Amino acid sequence: MTPASAFLLGVRALLPMLLGVAPFGVIYGVVALQSGIPPLAAFLMSSLVFAGSAQFLLAQLVGAGAPALLMVGAVGLINLRHALYSASVAPVLAHLPRRWKLLLSYLLTDEAYAAAIPHLLAEPRSPQAHWILFGAGFALWFGWQLATLAGVLVGAQLPADLGLDFALPLTFIAIVVPLIDSRARLVAALVAGAVAVLLVALPYKTGLFAAALAGLSAGAFMQGRKAA
Amino acid sequence: MSQNALLLLWLTCGLLTFAIRYSFIALEGHYRPPGWFIRWLPFVPIAALTAITVPELLLVAGQFDIGLGNPRFWAGLVAIAVAARWKNTLLTIGSGFAAFWLLNGLL
Repeated sequence: MTPASAFLLGVRALLPMLLGVAPFGVIYGVVALQSGIPPLAAFLMSSLVFAGSAQFLLAQLVGAGAPALLMVGAVGLINLRHALYSASVAPVLAHLPRRWKLLLSYLLTDEAYAAAIPHLLAEPRSPQAHWILFGAGFALWFGWQLATLAGVLVGAQLPADLGLDFALPLTFIAIVVPLIDSRARLVAALVAGAVAVLLVALPYKTGLFAAALAGLSAGAFMQGRKAA
Repeated sequence: MSQNALLLLWLTCGLLTFAIRYSFIALEGHYRPPGWFIRWLPFVPIAALTAITVPELLLVAGQFDIGLGNPRFWAGLVAIAVAARWKNTLLTIGSGFAAFWLLNGLL
């Protein structure tokens, strides 16, 4: 496999996902504007943060006037799942120079990982395997920039009463529900949701942290008990 | 917040996100994460994203409400059912919005 063919393999693996990502990017742009974020800053978040669900949450928290430290913490909490992908692809990238590791880390999203990992597992010894991840990562990055730019440009013309901010809970449902494939994971979700509702009166959504921690602990406890 | 303050916030969040993505790629060959850490990680997105989502569905202006006056709850249930059955992102978001707009009388 040449670098070019590996790159195109990654691009092609990612293209179907753009069907879901592009509308999501447009909606992000609209939600960011409705949260009072200026168009340029809304667009630049897509390259500076480059993480769809975290960008949604960040835009909403800016709109709600949350403290900066809480917003950074919330983004870290949401994106912590990427550590899992990092651990997963690390052996495949181990032989590469640092500039490749930096570039591919920046592009390591849910979608790029999901598109590239079947090919990486199939050809872990190929010296060009990293080009597959680069192709998938770049295709998603480019599509995301275009989609959020479109959202920022057309966002001001869309009526506010469409309730487009509802896209955030819907997207999270789409991410989380397929992940719940065991009793321990179901318990983690139920406990996190229940505690979040009980603690919703705490200022600036700080109850969110307690809820996430409670759900995480409950799920890990259930799993540990099963293993014991 | 001013535009510069927002950009500084984005940069901070971006560096943090990058550090998370780079973490084990950078450490490869020097350090292996403990087994419990790898086992706990899958619970993080489930707990964090559910904690954000559930109040959005069950509360209206801070009050518990699962009556017909809360279309987000019922549309959320539709989306959860669709996500469980088909595991398709676009279909989940689409059906959730369709139910939401239908209940709002917009369609």
